[in-house]
Amino acid sequence: MFLQVKDLRYSYGETEAVEQASIQVDRGEFVGIIGPNGSGKSTLLKAVYRGLVPDRGSITLEGEDLLRMPYKRSALQMAVVGQEHEIPFDFSVEEVVAMGRAPHKRLFDIDTKKDRDIVRHALECLGMEGLAKRSYLQLSGGEKQRVLIARAIAQESGFFVLDEPTNHLDISYQLQIFDLIKGLGVTVLAAIHDLNLASLYCDRLYVMKEGRVIMEGTPEEVLTAQNIYRIYGVQSSVEIHRLTGKTSITFLPEGVSA
Amino acid sequence: MHLGKHFFEKAPDMRLILLLLLLFSLVTLVLATGLGPVSVSPETTARILMSRIPGIGSSIIPDWEQLDQNIVLGLRLPRVCLGMVVGASLSVCGVCMQALVRNSLADPFILGVSSGASAFATLGMLFGAFSFLGIYSLSISAFIGSAVTILFVYGISRVKGRINITQLLLSGVAVSMIMDGVTSIITLSAPNALGLHNAEFWMSGSLASARWAYLTLPLAVLLLCMAVLMINYRGLNLLLLGDESAAALGVNVRQLQKLLVLLASLMAGVTIAVSGSIGFVGLMVPHFTRLLVGGDHKKVLPVSALLGGILVVWVDVAARMIIAPEELPVGILTAVIGGPVFIWMLKRSSGEKS
Repeated sequence: MFLQVKDLRYSYGETEAVEQASIQVDRGEFVGIIGPNGSGKSTLLKAVYRGLVPDRGSITLEGEDLLRMPYKRSALQMAVVGQEHEIPFDFSVEEVVAMGRAPHKRLFDIDTKKDRDIVRHALECLGMEGLAKRSYLQLSGGEKQRVLIARAIAQESGFFVLDEPTNHLDISYQLQIFDLIKGLGVTVLAAIHDLNLASLYCDRLYVMKEGRVIMEGTPEEVLTAQNIYRIYGVQSSVEIHRLTGKTSITFLPEGVSA
Repeated sequence: MHLGKHFFEKAPDMRLILLLLLLFSLVTLVLATGLGPVSVSPETTARILMSRIPGIGSSIIPDWEQLDQNIVLGLRLPRVCLGMVVGASLSVCGVCMQALVRNSLADPFILGVSSGASAFATLGMLFGAFSFLGIYSLSISAFIGSAVTILFVYGISRVKGRINITQLLLSGVAVSMIMDGVTSIITLSAPNALGLHNAEFWMSGSLASARWAYLTLPLAVLLLCMAVLMINYRGLNLLLLGDESAAALGVNVRQLQKLLVLLASLMAGVTIAVSGSIGFVGLMVPHFTRLLVGGDHKKVLPVSALLGGILVVWVDVAARMIIAPEELPVGILTAVIGGPVFIWMLKRSSGEKS
C-alpha cells in the first residue's frame, strides 16, 4: 500500500465538502477520481497534498502518518499540479519551474548546476525550453498549466497528485500531458473531468458524489451507461473501442435514446 | 497584463545591479551629507568622512573649518545613516507584508501598521509601561503596536482562507484612523509627558532629531531581519503561489506567516520609534524593484533595501532644502510622491482583474 486515506472528513465552515472518503493507491498505479462538480474531489486531493488539514480521518504515505510529517518531507515524496495559476508578482518561466526544486534545498543551499539542468530538462519534456526566460504572467492559461507540470517534473518525486491537470489545455496537449506522465512511470492520483481520458489512462477509478466515495473499480467496471446516469444524470452509449481496447463513452443529447 | 513586464528583455546581471547600487549608496552618503541649509562641498565632505576611517584617516590633512566638521559629523551623517536604515527597513518591511498578503498594495503605512506603532509608542510613553527597558522602551511598545495592527488587519481581511484586497485596504484605513485618533488624544492631552515627540512627528515622520544613539537598534534589527528573510527566500517565493501550493512544495505555511508577521512588526516598530511614520516607501520601492529584477525574493530583498535607503535619504535632502531654513517633515514628501503611485497601482491592479 502506497497511499491510504481512511474516513476522511472536511468541511468549509458549515458546508460539508467531504463527508466520508476512503481511498487507497498502490505503488505505480494510475488512479483517477471522477464525479460531478462540487463532489469533493478537489478537497480530497488538497488533504492528500496537505493544502488543508482534514477535520477527521487519517492519511498514510508508505505507512507513515502524512499529517504529522514535516512539510518538506512530504513535498519530496509528491509533486502537485493544482488549480491555482495566479502569481501576484512577475517571475520568469524558469524561476517558476525552479520552485519545484525548493523541497530539495536546505536553508543555506544555493541553486547548483544540477538544479539548472533538471529545470531545463523539465522544460524540454513539455517542449517549452524556448519560453524559459519569458514572464510567467504573460503566458496563456494553457502555457501556465504546462509550466506547472514542468515544475512538478522538476520536483523529481515518485508520486504525482493532479487536480484536473489538463483543464486549460486543448486536446493535443491533454494527450501529450497524460502520455508524458504515464511515461514517467510514477504513481498518480488525479481528479479528471473527462471520462474518456479517465478511461484511457487510469488503472482504477474512484467515483465521488456529494462528499462520499460511492463507487470504485476499473474503468470498465465503473464506466457503464447505467453508472454514468447514476453519477451525472446523463444518458450515454458505452462501448469498447476497437483500437484502444478501452471504454469509450458517447454522451447522448435529449431525444436520442440508447 | 503587459505592464508587469521586466524593463529588460534579458534578466539583468544581479552582481552588476548590486554593485551599482552600492556605489550609488556611497555617492549618496557623501553628497547628501554635504547638502542642507548650510552646504558643505562634496570634496570637503568626502575628506572629513575619510579622515574618520581608521588606517587612511591620519594621512588627510584637516584644512576645513571646525563648523563644517561639526555639521558633517555631528548633524548630517547620523541623519543620512538613519535615513538609509529607515528607508531600507521600511522597504523590506513592505516586501515582507506583500508576501504575507500576496498583494503589492500592502505597505506598513497604508495598512495602518505605522499608526498602530505610533499609538502604542505614545501609550507606552504615557503609562511608562516598558520604562524598565530604558531607551528601548519606545521601540518595544511600537513593535507591539505594529504586531497587534498587522494581526488585526490580516484577521479581518482574510475571508475563507484568502486575503480579500478590498477588505484589507479598507480595514487598513479604518485602523489607521482609529490609531491616529488615539495618538492625537494622547499627545494633545498630556504634552509634557511625551518629551520630544509631538503628534506631528508620529503622523508625518521626520529624521531631524537623528542622533548616533538612535541608530544602533534599527540597524541591528534590519540586519537580523534581512538575514532571516534571505535564508527563507525560497519560502517567500512559494508563499506567493498561495497557501495550498506552498504547502505542497514543502513550506510550513502557518509557521512562515508567523515569522513574517514578527519580522515586519519588528522592522516597522523599531523604525517608527525613531523616525515617526514615513509612508509609501514600503509600497513604492518594492514595486519598482520588481519591475527592475522580477519577483524572486533573492533579488528583491537586497535591491529594495538599497533602493529604499537611497530614496529616503534623497527625499530627506529635499525635505531640508525646499523651504530652508525651515524643514518639511520627510513623511509629507513621501506621501506627496507615494500617494499618486499608490493610486496608479490600484487602478492597474483592478484593471487586470476585469
